[in-house]
Amino acid sequence: MKAQVIVMPKQSVLDPQGVAVRDAIHHHGLSAVKAARVGKMIELELDGTQTEAQLHELCRDLLSNPVIEDYRLEIQR
Amino acid sequence: MKAAVIRFPGSNCDQDCVLALRELGVETDFVWHKDGSVAGYDLIALPGGFSYGDYLRCGAIARFSPIMRAVKEAAATGTLVLGICNGFQILCEAGLLPGALIRNRDLHFRCEHLHVRVENVANPFLHETKTGELLRIPIAHGEGSYTADPATLADLNQTGRVLLRYTDANGAATDAANPNGSAENIAGICNAARNVFGLMPHPERACDPRLGSTDGRVIFESILSTLGVRKAA
Repeated sequence: MKAQVIVMPKQSVLDPQGVAVRDAIHHHGLSAVKAARVGKMIELELDGTQTEAQLHELCRDLLSNPVIEDYRLEIQR
Repeated sequence: MKAAVIRFPGSNCDQDCVLALRELGVETDFVWHKDGSVAGYDLIALPGGFSYGDYLRCGAIARFSPIMRAVKEAAATGTLVLGICNGFQILCEAGLLPGALIRNRDLHFRCEHLHVRVENVANPFLHETKTGELLRIPIAHGEGSYTADPATLADLNQTGRVLLRYTDANGAATDAANPNGSAENIAGICNAARNVFGLMPHPERACDPRLGSTDGRVIFESILSTLGVRKAA
């Protein structure tokens, strides 16, 4: 059993990495890309004894910082 | 008075911090992050560095070190806590200070001497200096852009808890003088009880004339006089 946690900078928080990536994309020649944002994906391998609530707690307490980031939890059964 | 400098795996300014305190005559111990106690210390310093390689987020893993429970308890009872650079990041991650520190806006690691302006001296960390005074202190970080939501920023301003701002040599907090994109040029803040202070600049690297500035000493001297220790001659 696996879960994926996708952590992204909040829309309200400056994402200088995303801006640099967008600029690089433009230099690459694809001006159609209007914006890029850089986050991270964390893959968890689970033995199945955890609850969904425990995973959300983990996401809030450790895997993301709610001050600057949002997360999305996807559990693959 | 006794001081503890906490060592996490990846701390690298711990020696500088201990040296700065010992030079001022303070009995100072290194305390390993796996120790469970900071009992008996009047000052707890969280030094700069790259705890846990900055994995996940700066300070995110150090925050769960065993020592941090003890640091939180000590902070709640009024013990002075000083977080420098990575230490500031850890204090924010631990919820002892509001906001967060994110990637510098220009993505560069900035390592240079610059000026910070003292915004408020009604606290244990800066009362030996004057409001408006400029301190020339080095920074060395890649993720020092202070960010917080508008309500938090308003609260910090209204309660006089922004203690340091980046300025130019004339004391103007301009955008050009902002090295990392911090909100409102914020370089250091304290908690509501004013016993926890986090700052990105490194005062411990500005305590010896051989290092180009002694402006950082006033922070340690303020702490000493807060704790009733005679100022070093």
